[in-house]
Amino acid sequence: MTKRTLFEKIWDNHVIHQEEGKPSIIYIDLHLVHEVTSPQAFEGLRMTNRKVRRPDLTFATMDHNVPTKDRFNIKDPISKQQIDTLTQNCADFGVKLFDLNNIDQGVVHVMGPEIGLTYPGKTIVCGDSHTSTHGAFGALAFGIGTSEVEHVMATQCLQQAKPKTMEVRFNGSRKPGVTAKDLILGVIAKYGTDFATGFVIEYTGEAIRTLTMEERMTVCNMSIEGGARAGLIAPDETTFNYLRGREYAPANYDEAVEDWRKLTTDEGAAYDVVVEFDVDSLIPQVTWGTSPGMGTDITSSVPFPKDLPTENERKAAEKALEYMDLKPGTPMSEIEIDYVFIGSCTNGRIEDLRAAAEIARGYKVSEKVTAIVVPGSGRVKLQAEKEGLDKIFVEAGFEWREAGCSMCLAMNPDVLEPGQRCASTSNRNFEGRQGRDGRTHLVSPAMAAAAAIKGRFTDVRDWNVKSEVLN
Amino acid sequence: MEPFKKLTGIVAPVDRVNVDTDAIIPKQFLKRIERSGFGQFLFYEWRFHRNGEVNTEFEPNKPRYEGASVLISRANFGCGSSREHAPWAILDYGFKVVIAPSYADIFYNNCFQNGILPIKLSEEQVEDLFQRTAKHDGYKLTVDLENKKLTDEYGLDLAFDLDEHRRQFLLLGLDNIGLTLQHQDEITAYEQKRPAYLG
Repeated sequence: MTKRTLFEKIWDNHVIHQEEGKPSIIYIDLHLVHEVTSPQAFEGLRMTNRKVRRPDLTFATMDHNVPTKDRFNIKDPISKQQIDTLTQNCADFGVKLFDLNNIDQGVVHVMGPEIGLTYPGKTIVCGDSHTSTHGAFGALAFGIGTSEVEHVMATQCLQQAKPKTMEVRFNGSRKPGVTAKDLILGVIAKYGTDFATGFVIEYTGEAIRTLTMEERMTVCNMSIEGGARAGLIAPDETTFNYLRGREYAPANYDEAVEDWRKLTTDEGAAYDVVVEFDVDSLIPQVTWGTSPGMGTDITSSVPFPKDLPTENERKAAEKALEYMDLKPGTPMSEIEIDYVFIGSCTNGRIEDLRAAAEIARGYKVSEKVTAIVVPGSGRVKLQAEKEGLDKIFVEAGFEWREAGCSMCLAMNPDVLEPGQRCASTSNRNFEGRQGRDGRTHLVSPAMAAAAAIKGRFTDVRDWNVKSEVLN
Repeated sequence: MEPFKKLTGIVAPVDRVNVDTDAIIPKQFLKRIERSGFGQFLFYEWRFHRNGEVNTEFEPNKPRYEGASVLISRANFGCGSSREHAPWAILDYGFKVVIAPSYADIFYNNCFQNGILPIKLSEEQVEDLFQRTAKHDGYKLTVDLENKKLTDEYGLDLAFDLDEHRRQFLLLGLDNIGLTLQHQDEITAYEQKRPAYLG
């Protein structure tokens, strides 16, 4: 039999129709919907008298626009209209909605896995590029535009050209203080923001196998920042244990697990491209520019554009440094910040909050820094409060907020002022991403918490952790 | 969707790599529930100063690019968010063709859904177009999709490549959903053999 990669197995399982020279028609097992990219799709269905073919495979929540304090009082009338429109559309088309009254409301890529909607072997789409998150379970998950949202609603299928396959192989093991976020930031800093365009990545190696499910989600989440269509990690006991007992996990669980065990790349199957990454030498990462690939070690300095290899990179770096108001040669640990955002579909899960709280415990946020913690979902918030993490944050001077996308893209009222500099656990440091003329540095939750306290970036490996658990 | 066959239009340059969809249309404009009217917000934070005044330094704002319908830019155009508001804004502003060395996948796909033709050329060919655009006031390109050719008034005669299915799709202005729905029976048959635990 032909040896196949994990991606090829999932792909083959979902092809409904294929013809030479045309994209394949593939079936979609799960469609996640949120308020920003769906209104025009629902409207399209109305105009053509079409229904949602499988409302039972379609789940919606509201996350992008949601205020993180006083959340039922949405002051921006256009935001409110978008949220109300989703409510009405879900009612009209019979789609299950996790709204602001529901404990499961949250960032769509935090909520889906948490309630067990995401599992191995599924095809999963959402009108959001960070749908790649769900690949952590060995699901083929990718972001689509609104026309394709409508397409999936109407047909439960998509037309897709088959992507190529890439293995990103991690060699070695993580040292203390080095997180899943650093793994993916490190890969993108090394290979760039378009190294995987046209590919589905499979992440492999011991450093991946030893990650928790939440850490795997952080890695897969940022696959899109390397340009990948999707990122995958083969399911294993970690995956099966995580999913067992979750609300939407299969009822006949053991039978499903038997199927899922087949979802690995066959020994000897070939990827189109293989790239490698050395984990042993990886240390905590910080970005300095306006593209996620513009990142470096915390112990390093802002680069000199003239040292970069290509003309394109030199020009982009010059523009980025001007926007970021940074001088080449400045040590990363001397960059002072005004704001800290801990949250998002990249790093808004319970383990992320635990890591940040462990750093923050017993310290105070620098007087000049505003720091907010935004749980990824209602359930993450509840769990954090059960563990007393909210108290640690509040005592340290962080603001404890309600669930949503918040300052990852700043569509809600959480926005940087012009010129403010933010240590952010999110995924994009584009110009204006967190607010016009705001400056974003991407880091892990622990690094963000430490930066909040010091008022500048600092190497979390040197941190004196005051946690009773550890001491 | 409007079919796309041939167009002659003014070329406007955005000389940057990695133009992301946040730059193409910032998030504060994603709250509308319509498909139309996004052109006024295209490249908003580059086109306008914070006080709302037009940024005359931003190339496409210069009078010579008035009425442009061909946008040229650099590698990895359209990276970042999946927002289809980006191609909606590009189209609504008046661009029907984008030319760049490479595109992010989701954006590239979204263009075809909206009848925009994204053309990939080599870095050198794109650089040549930047130079021609700078050199000739009101520089125009003729984009011929039927023959996959770019020509100008100064002797340019350049072939470009495009997946044949995508080309037909634009030439005929097809309805993608309608095409998939022709396979209803196959979809239904597939649904009947899916494992029960998948729902």
